[in-house]
This record gives sequence, C-alpha cells and structure tokens, in this order.
Amino acid sequence: MELALAPETLARWQFGITTVYHFLFVPLTISLAALVAGLETAWVRTGNQKYLQATKFWGKLFLINIAMGVVTGIVQEFQFGMNWSDYSRFVGDIFGAPLAFEALIAFFFESTFIGLWIFGWDKLPKKIHCLCMWVVAVGTILSAYFILAANSWMQHPVGYKYNAANGRAELTDFWKVLTQDTTLVVVFHTLTAAFLTGAAFMVGISAYHLMRKKHIKVMRTSLRVGLVTLVIAGIMTAISGDTLGKVMFEQQPMKMAAAEALWDKEEPAPFSVFAYGDVDKGHNKVAIEIPGLLSFLAHNDFSSPVPGINDVNKSEQEKFGPGDYRPNIPVAYWGFRWMIGFGMASFAIGLAGLWLTRRKFWLAPSLRTGDEEPPHLAVTKNKALGARFTKWYWSLAFVTLGFPLIANSWGWIFTEMGRQPWVVYGVLRTSDAVSPSVSQGEVLTSMIVFTTLYAVLAVIEVRLLVKYIKAGPPELTDSDLNPPTKIGGDSQDADRPMAFSY
Amino acid sequence: MQLHDVWFVLIAVLWIGYFFLEGFDFGIGILTKLLARDRREKRVLINTIGPVWDGNEVWLLSAGGATFAAFPEWYATLFSGFYLPLLVILVCLIVRGVAFEYRAKRAEERWQRNWEHAIFWTSLIPALLWGVAFGNIVRGVKIDAHKEYVGTFFDLLNPYAILGGLVTLTLFTFHGAVFAALKTLGDIRERARKLATVVGLITAVLALGFLIWTQLDRGNGTSLVAMIVAVVALVAALGANQIGREGWAFAFSGITVAAAVAMLFLTLFPNVMPSSLNESWNLTVTNASSSPYTLKIMTWCAGIATPVVILYQGWTYWVFRKRIGTQHIADAH
Repeated sequence: MELALAPETLARWQFGITTVYHFLFVPLTISLAALVAGLETAWVRTGNQKYLQATKFWGKLFLINIAMGVVTGIVQEFQFGMNWSDYSRFVGDIFGAPLAFEALIAFFFESTFIGLWIFGWDKLPKKIHCLCMWVVAVGTILSAYFILAANSWMQHPVGYKYNAANGRAELTDFWKVLTQDTTLVVVFHTLTAAFLTGAAFMVGISAYHLMRKKHIKVMRTSLRVGLVTLVIAGIMTAISGDTLGKVMFEQQPMKMAAAEALWDKEEPAPFSVFAYGDVDKGHNKVAIEIPGLLSFLAHNDFSSPVPGINDVNKSEQEKFGPGDYRPNIPVAYWGFRWMIGFGMASFAIGLAGLWLTRRKFWLAPSLRTGDEEPPHLAVTKNKALGARFTKWYWSLAFVTLGFPLIANSWGWIFTEMGRQPWVVYGVLRTSDAVSPSVSQGEVLTSMIVFTTLYAVLAVIEVRLLVKYIKAGPPELTDSDLNPPTKIGGDSQDADRPMAFSY
Repeated sequence: MQLHDVWFVLIAVLWIGYFFLEGFDFGIGILTKLLARDRREKRVLINTIGPVWDGNEVWLLSAGGATFAAFPEWYATLFSGFYLPLLVILVCLIVRGVAFEYRAKRAEERWQRNWEHAIFWTSLIPALLWGVAFGNIVRGVKIDAHKEYVGTFFDLLNPYAILGGLVTLTLFTFHGAVFAALKTLGDIRERARKLATVVGLITAVLALGFLIWTQLDRGNGTSLVAMIVAVVALVAALGANQIGREGWAFAFSGITVAAAVAMLFLTLFPNVMPSSLNESWNLTVTNASSSPYTLKIMTWCAGIATPVVILYQGWTYWVFRKRIGTQHIADAH
C-alpha cells in the first residue's frame, strides 16, 4: 500500500492533528481556571469591584476556551479504541486505569462544578461560588496528572510484566506508574508550561487594552497577575525542562541525540545551535555548536560523553533485532528548538514587562502611576520608554500570547515523534498498534471529518474570543454585587430573570 | 462473584447512569423542536439542562474509560468495529457541547438559530445511534477468532438494532418531556405533560416489541424480571404524568431507562460482545477482561469515586431545583 496513505500513517496524522488541537485548549484551561479562581478569591476577600470585573472577563474567555477543550477531549478517549485497537489490547491492562481514574475523579469534578460556576452566580453564596472554581482548577490538574502518568508509561514503561500466554503487557505495580520519575517530572514540566501559557494569554490581552488606554483599572491588575505568573512559570518551566532532559538522556538517549542532531558519540558533547544534515549518510553538513553544553544538559558536567544517533541505533539493533530505530531527526531537532525558543521568548518578554511596569522600586515619583492610568514603561529610575517603543512593547506583549501555544505544540510533537518507531518505548512498535479491522477509507474519512470540523470550530472560537476580548470587562449589575446568601438563591424574588442563561 | 463479574456490573451501572442522565438531556434537545413554540421557550428548555448536561456526559467518558481499563478487548473490538457510527456520535457530541456554550454568546439571530438546529440534530442522532449500537452488541456481530470485527457498516443496520435505536430515541424523548414538565413553569409545563403522554404511548409500543423480541431470542430469568420492571415503570410513569405527579413520573421514566439497559446487560452476561459467526469466538467477561490486579485497583477507585460523584451531582440538581419559566429568561439574548 502507498506509504503516505497507509492506515498507520493516516492514524498517526489523525492522532497528531486531534491531539495538538486539543492541547491548544488544555494548558489555557488548566492555568486560567486557577487564575480566575485566584481573582474571584481576591473579590471575595477584599470586596474590590475590579476583581469581580476581572473574574467575569477572564472567566468568560476561560469558558469559551474550556468548551472546546471538553468536546475535543472526548475524541482523545475514543480514538485509542477506534484507530489503535491493537495498542488498546496490548496495553489496556495498564493504560486504561489512569484514563478511567481521570474520568471518574477529575472529569466529573471539572464538568459538574463548571456548571455550578456558570449558572451559580444567583444561586450560590459568593464563597461557595468561588470554591466551585477552585474545585474546577483542582480537577484540571488531577486530569493532567492521570493523563501524563499514562503518557509517561509509554515513554518509559515501568511496573508491568509481559504475559506471553495472552500476548499483552500486564500491570504489576500501579503505584510505580503513578510515581515514577518520568511521570513526576513530566507533570511538573507540563503544568508549569500550562501556567506560562495562561499567563502569556493574560499579559497579551491586558497589553492590548492598556495600549489603547481602555479598561485600565482591571487590565493593570490583570497585567500584574499575568506578568508575575509568567515569570515564575517561566523559571519553573526551564528548571523542569532541564530535569526532564536529564531523565530523557537516561531513558531515551535516541530522542535526545535526535534533538541535538548528534550523530556520533562525543566527549565532551557540544550543544547544537544550528545544524543541517544528511539523514541517509548519518552526519551533519553544517553545524554551529557550543562546546560542552550538551554534556552539561545531560549530566550536569562539561565533560561526560553523550552517545550519538548512530551509536544508539546500533545498540538498539543489537537489542531488538535489525531495523531502523531512528525517529524523524529534522522534526525532533527543530521541534526541540521551537519549543525552547518560543517558550523562553515569552518568558523574556514577561521578565522585561515586570521590570518596565514596576510600581515603586527604583522609580522616580514622576513616573509612578495610579490605578486609573496605564503604567509608564520605565527603563531606568528617571527614564521611561518613548511613545514609539512603548507601543512596540505592548504589541510585542500582545503577540506573546501565541508563543507558548506554539512551544507546547512543538514540545508534544517532539516528545511523541522522538519516541518513534515505538509507541511504547522498547516494548511495542507503532506499526503493530493500529486497528487491523479498520479500513484505509474509514481512517481517511474520520481524518477528513475531524480536520474539517476542527478548522470550522477554530474560526468560530477565535472570532468569539476576539469579540469578547475587544468588549472588555462587563459593567457590574446589582445582582452581581448582591450575591445570594442562601444556596439555591434567595426566595423573595422568584420571578427575577436568571443571572446567566444559555 | 469474581472481580470481572463485578466489573461487568459496574460497566452496566455507568451506562445506566449515562442513559438515565444524558437520556433526558438528549430528550430536551429533541423537544426544542417538538415542544417549544417560540425561541424563548426553546431557551427555557435548554436552560433546564444548562448547568448539568456537561456532568451528565462524563458518565459516557467514565463508561468508555472503565471499559478500556477493565475489558480492553471489549473496548478495542467495539470501538474499532463500530467505527463509523462512533464517528458520527463523536461529531454530534462535539457540536452539541459547543452549541450549548456558544449559542447565546452572540446576539445575531442567524447565529443563534444555527446553533438551535445543531442542538436538535446532535441530540436526536446519538439518541438513535446508541440504541442501534446496543442492539448490535446484544444481538451479536461478526467477530472472528482474533476478536476482530469483520462485518461491514451495513451489517449494523439490521431490523433488531434499528428497532433498538427507535426505542432509545422515543424513550429518551419521553424521559426528556417528563423532565421538562418537572422543571418548567406555565404553559410549556402543561404542554410538556401532554406531549409526554403521546410520546410515552409510542415508546410503550416500540419498547414492548423490542424487549419481548430480546427476551424471546436470548432472555433468561433475570432479564425477564428486568423487563417486567421496565414495562411496569413505563406504565407507572405514564400514569403519574397523567395525574400531574411530575416527580414520580420522572422517577418512573428513569427506572424504565435503567431497567431496560439492565435487561440488555443481563441477556449479555457472561458475554460482553457475542460473535454471530461462532460461539467460541464470543468476547466474554473472562477472555476480554484485565488482570485481577488491575481490576482490584479499579474496584477501589470506582467504589470510592462513584458514590462521591453521585453525591455532588445530586447536590447540583438540588442547587438548581427551581422551575424555570419564560419570565426567568433575560431579554438580552
């Protein structure tokens, strides 16, 4: 069969498309849930109306986003069985459990309490209403944890044995699956990257309004929350990414060698800044390198050896039999760089913003601003950026909201494609994982259907986001400011319209 | 009773939970065209399930995830075998979720009407297809010695399964009408009750045919009991609806759904997916299940999580216990 249209290729494309798409919404959902819950907590505690306005504004964007995250998530759970039935048969004993845990523990939390939050403004006392969003936030994090535990098992299978009698892998130690270092580090890295994403989203949109000098009070607060989160999350993402890199050098040397286009073992190993190579011959034609840095990334010193692609390929051939054990090297190499590059770019923009918009520290009184005016972008104590550069910074800060989305996508493409040709590293090949009973036509149909549907929904979603971003925070109404004191709503005004209705 | 038997029961419970809950919200979706006279009434209906439909849908994800974990072979055969119907269901569930959330987010009438059409069709189609799917599971499909589905898409469209689809479609519509009567105020409430009677009678005819067919073909003593419970509950629901006892009518229509699904599972056991080609190729609770260790962990998880879920979902229904009438719908949208 034509390789480009082989069911395996199609099933992989479909998984890639649906998963990358789904993961545009996931990190925003995780981080915005917690950030909105934080803003609502500030409202409950201080009674300052700007926090309620911010809660409503970011909450609305959060809801537009989570709606897409929820519905595209259903596909994720179904397509293992639909396109990857041999995978499901082989790993179901292990892989199914965290998925079921996710549904039973995390999804129920999220979906039930998000309904309470959306419709609960005039039905719940404000403390309980706020608590609902915290439950949603915890639900999203638990959800991420179980899914990443399942994925980490594919990256580094532990706590199982192969049962030859029925030809499948069977779970022997669930605790190990949940707590192995791959799981813990991946969870840390993914969650910090998620907060980087939500923070950049907040910074970008706040910058958009501040540049136009609109909704200043709410947007100043949002900008600050966003910038602080962005910087902290950026540092943590870098630390967790470094830790994850070291774990991967240990567990999947091929992936990391491919990420560096390091063909042969070097001691000390250099970090590649740019490379252009010949995959068939197995070497680089052009390479710009920083000596010793890769040794440091892998082993924390500047001299240790790091094995190259050709070495790992040879040792895997000895272990698993003849074959090509190299992933798509240009994708791994560039995916790794886009991930780091875009992630760190938004961190840098955040760090700059945090400095430029500082309120008092090393800032002349003339440059200090009140709640009602946009902050001056102060470079030094007495000097602020001119009008043109100020506009540039706000524009740059606006654009950065897209950077972590790109970084996240490439991160997943890198880690999943870097594991090929394995679906479960060292245990099951991707080519042995597809559904034998599903025809090429069926996979092609579903791929076209999902891709088209997702494209249409993307247009609808983005336009809706733009509409609500431009509209800015809503004016507060009497019923917003007078939440009910009893669960179920106060009874004296039985005919009052619902505070929120579909 | 071994753990895989426990899990057979638990999977049945998750599907019962799903059909009980999403059953009425599919029904509400269908009623937006059958019952609502104007767009404000449509919104009354949609808002009766507004806060809860999402939580209801998670019962499906739990049933899917639990099947994957407890019976991987069942999950693999079913999902790869019923590929195209599942694709249609997935598309419906995606569009439906977005439709609920996005419909009121723009004021343009065309935008809102499009999503309203979407809500109707994406409620109707899965309500029909789930019955077709379960009809096929119970009846048996072409499964070969390697546990692979070898039939075609058109094999799934047999009279028995299609009748099953019509039963779920009408039963969910009835369940939804009874729910609408319980949750609304004013004129629409009265009409919901009247419509429930009509739909309920049609449901009774179809369901009786389907359940008797099932019982005669592959029934046993316990499935007969479940069938009787389903039929009696349906009659009781119709009666309670007739005399205006809406809470009781809803409880009974819920019991009808639960007992009918239970009956299907009781005729299946100990199979989970029988093969129509050769009995020895049947997927059963033993040859399709996970290892005892995995089942034990899953039992702990489900044993603790499910009651808690029922508690807080129940609490949600209590929070939103007030009836909704046209006066509660703000003009803005």
